[in-house]
Amino acid sequence: MSTISASGTDVPPAEVPDYPMTRAAGCPFDPPPALHTLQEQAPISRVRLWDGSTPWLVTRYEDVRTLLADPRISSESTHPHYPHQSPATKERRRQSRTFITMDDPEHARLRRMVTATFAIKQVEALRPTIQKIVDGLIDAMLAGPRPVDLVQAFALPVPSLVICALLGVPYADHDFFQANSRILVKRTSTPEQAQAATQQLIDYLDRLIGDKLAHPTDDLLSALAERVRGGELSRREAANMGMLLLIAGHETTANMIALGTLALLQHLDQLARLRESDDPKLIASTVEELLRYLTIVHTGRRRVALADIDTDGVTIRAGEGVILANDVGNRDPAAFPDPDRLDVARNPRHHVAFGFGVHQCLGQPLARVELQVVYGTLYRRIPTLRLAVDPDRIPFKHDGNVYGVYELPVTW
Amino acid sequence: MKVIVDQHKCVASGQCVLTAPEVFDQREEDGIVVLLTETPPDHLMDDTRQAAILCPAQAIWVAEQEKQEGEQ
Repeated sequence: MSTISASGTDVPPAEVPDYPMTRAAGCPFDPPPALHTLQEQAPISRVRLWDGSTPWLVTRYEDVRTLLADPRISSESTHPHYPHQSPATKERRRQSRTFITMDDPEHARLRRMVTATFAIKQVEALRPTIQKIVDGLIDAMLAGPRPVDLVQAFALPVPSLVICALLGVPYADHDFFQANSRILVKRTSTPEQAQAATQQLIDYLDRLIGDKLAHPTDDLLSALAERVRGGELSRREAANMGMLLLIAGHETTANMIALGTLALLQHLDQLARLRESDDPKLIASTVEELLRYLTIVHTGRRRVALADIDTDGVTIRAGEGVILANDVGNRDPAAFPDPDRLDVARNPRHHVAFGFGVHQCLGQPLARVELQVVYGTLYRRIPTLRLAVDPDRIPFKHDGNVYGVYELPVTW
Repeated sequence: MKVIVDQHKCVASGQCVLTAPEVFDQREEDGIVVLLTETPPDHLMDDTRQAAILCPAQAIWVAEQEKQEGEQ
């Protein structure tokens, strides 16, 4: 018995698993076991999404990397078979189009307007400022009560303060934008909630861009406002871009800080290696290994095929949705020996936690510097840092497009 | 070894600068790749090859040259 999928291909319904899949109990850092089985037995196979559609899921590292760089694979989210993460994500993408879900040349035109800010030298110049922010937050934690929630006291403020300074967004508004951004990255949010949160953020950014047009300062929103004045960019495009950078700039790194800390606290031998070395190379390598091991963007990179693509004995037809599972790709033994072991010295720079191809994360140099400063400072300044609750009481973001923990009570 | 870059393909991810800063730089105005040397010295060859592998936009090519007179 077979049925016809949305894209017109025969698919036996009973054999198509739902996606995303569930992680194993007690293994919060590991991808769902069913993904490993697919990687071994059916590395390109169909999965069923929340809306009943059955896109392809690609699970091997090499295929993920190759297809993400393939010009026949589109990021255009208005395509009818684009595999959206959730009803909320679909609504947000409809309402606020940005270069991450566009193809070239539109993608390149818009992305290049903001790339200078994230160039290596520019970001390195921010290192002392980031160090000051991290030290200040640790001072406040040490002076405050114990236990404390590391997410609220440290993980969320570090990248929020940095992206606010970079964009020219007042940090005083952090409760407002963090609350709305949380709705947008949560898979269980309704389209109505996503619609309202997107509108609030767009209105907010539009108002800020209006301020910058009148009184330009030395920040990225002012630079975008200048392009609006010059007619290169519409005010709506500028607001969309500002919203993307504000959300991406704090959600992802905040989750890496908190989840990475939990991972290190659960691997004390690795934490000791990090703490006992003052080699910046080991700190950088720890960051890369945690990016690989945790792969917090854990529901794959979403694409649509523009042409028929033959790969691994499967033909992906033009117009079909494709999900590139970078989380299990980063646990592929063909690319990373003993992939389920956290080894801070392995320096797996070729991981796909930031994606690959022309859409690879724009903010990765900034994320790297932030995480290097955090991982190089926090455990040295608070060497007795430990969990304040039993590990199985930690609430994980299983319902998030970005994985992490909702709370991390710690003491020292 | 000869290195070629394509500035049109580059997405300014900076992977090359992180990997081989003696060979690659970024344009100040938009972060697009700038090649500092087409023929890196021997001790930079591994880093240069690694930069080509890590470039997400595949905007870097490394042409290996045959050794002309065998090992010296």
